[in-house]
Amino acid sequence: MTQQFETVIGLEVHLQLSTKAKIFCGCANVFGSPPNTNVCPVCLGLPGTLPVLNNQALLYAIKVGLALNAEINPFIKFDRKNYYYPDLPKGYQISQYDLPVAKDGFVMIKNEQGPKRVGIKRAHLEEDAGKLMHDNTGNCSLVDYNRTGTPLIEIVTEPDLRSPQEAYDYLNILKLILQYLEVSDCDMEKGSLRCDANVSIRPVGQKEFGTKTELKNMNSFRSVKSALEYEVGRHQQVILSGGKIMQETLLWDDEKGVTAGMRSKEQAHDYRYFPDPDLVPFTIDDKIIDQVRAELPELPQAKLERLIKQYDLSEYDAGVLIMDKAVAYFFEQCCEKYHQPKKIANWLNGAVLKEMNERKTSLGNLKLTPAHLIELIQAVEDGVVSNLAGKEVLTDMLDSGYSAGTIVSQKGLAQVSDDSSLMAIVEEIIHQNPTVVEQIKQGKPSATGFLVGQAMKKSGGKANPKKLNELITRRISNA
Amino acid sequence: MITKKDVQYIAALARVDLPEDKLEGLTKNLTDIVGYVKQLQKLDLKDIKPTSHAVPLTDALRKDIVKPSLSNAQALSLAPQAKDGCFKVPLVIE
Ligand SMILES: [Zn+2]
Repeated sequence: MTQQFETVIGLEVHLQLSTKAKIFCGCANVFGSPPNTNVCPVCLGLPGTLPVLNNQALLYAIKVGLALNAEINPFIKFDRKNYYYPDLPKGYQISQYDLPVAKDGFVMIKNEQGPKRVGIKRAHLEEDAGKLMHDNTGNCSLVDYNRTGTPLIEIVTEPDLRSPQEAYDYLNILKLILQYLEVSDCDMEKGSLRCDANVSIRPVGQKEFGTKTELKNMNSFRSVKSALEYEVGRHQQVILSGGKIMQETLLWDDEKGVTAGMRSKEQAHDYRYFPDPDLVPFTIDDKIIDQVRAELPELPQAKLERLIKQYDLSEYDAGVLIMDKAVAYFFEQCCEKYHQPKKIANWLNGAVLKEMNERKTSLGNLKLTPAHLIELIQAVEDGVVSNLAGKEVLTDMLDSGYSAGTIVSQKGLAQVSDDSSLMAIVEEIIHQNPTVVEQIKQGKPSATGFLVGQAMKKSGGKANPKKLNELITRRISNA
Repeated sequence: MITKKDVQYIAALARVDLPEDKLEGLTKNLTDIVGYVKQLQKLDLKDIKPTSHAVPLTDALRKDIVKPSLSNAQALSLAPQAKDGCFKVPLVIE
């Protein structure tokens, strides 16, 4: 008899907020500066300095809280989380303990059973730590405090996730919401968005949670999923073989695909939180909350539902469009001037998205305007250029920023539709493929497609395929 | 009641090197301090709001404006050891 286990996962996401200055001082909040050039007495924790909260960081945190359907605490304070590590100049991190900015929210995800609510326990403000590097001699470490004092919001879920897949889906939906809010670049590679996971398993039906392990060092959502899958398997193995899971923090090794204990045994977490006497408490009144609420953008789920309704799109098409706020906005701009939403969605979700992925860039960085895209779609619809040539025009358009008309005439891409020019090609193809022609005559009309393809190639993609089909069919039946 | 073990634990957390001969005295001192605070438990505090801060002030905020930082040389001038523009510390292994 195999024992059935239930997986229980909770996630902690740290998001760097893209304020201009740091959270408690005036140093620039930027990535990639030479080491220790965005530091001052406050963020270096020099004696006698006082931190002062950046108003924008607080407003961003409220914005995140509202977008996560959370309750905003009317009264918040900051606390010191004490621990010693060289990336922390003061010996404590300014964080929030019992009065976080936001609490009791939720994010909706989908699983096989339908929509599922993932509880958000809390979202609080804190300061980021510095960056620790190892020097090439291997006998000392180097610290860069530029990142120290970067505003962070930590978003903690309830232990509501029941599989690594649900954790993965939650992360993607959360990231999309955060991107819509424009409070962070959400770039995992730069470390603007980081995720730790808590995981445990318990026999199905058991109320109490099993012993959890904490997973760190995952640098993509994929690796969060892989690390969780590995760890769930390990928990099962240990428990089934009569062992016990130890509560500990493990580091994910992406290359080896395993979790491993930390070599430097961290002291048992005993952070001795206490209110930071350097910072007075803050009140968040309804006026501020209403003001931030008024600035909230339409969120992904609402946009999805509206696009489906307003433009009669399929859930799939709308779903792809909303994955990028800029693309969804571009789509609606196009629709204002050209009332073919389905065609616009096809182009954006197909050719344009492909170009964005190939160029590893965003829509905003491409030289594409709604007017140009509409002109191109119209040219294809009117048969001025073939679908294939249309894609070539798009590529050119993104490089040059020229209009479709200009590119078509410059490159001679106009589709050839007149019978006399096409007939020459048709004759040649028929002459070269006697067996295929015979098959068609024997009653296998599907073979015509092959000849059309050959003729298209011959024309350099410029021939009108509909017209070719017509001409080939007529030519063979008349022969 | 504070035990010697508590004191040693707190000292370890605070990275304080505590000489053996100081342990006895510190344990007594800490017990006295905690005992002093314990007097509060005898009072009826049900109408008193929790104190979050000793200063009766709220909402001290700054605008999101960048101010000049220190130069790298200034930042490192107080470091016991520096290298490659960074603070140099004993090797940290994870
Ligand atoms: Zn600073």
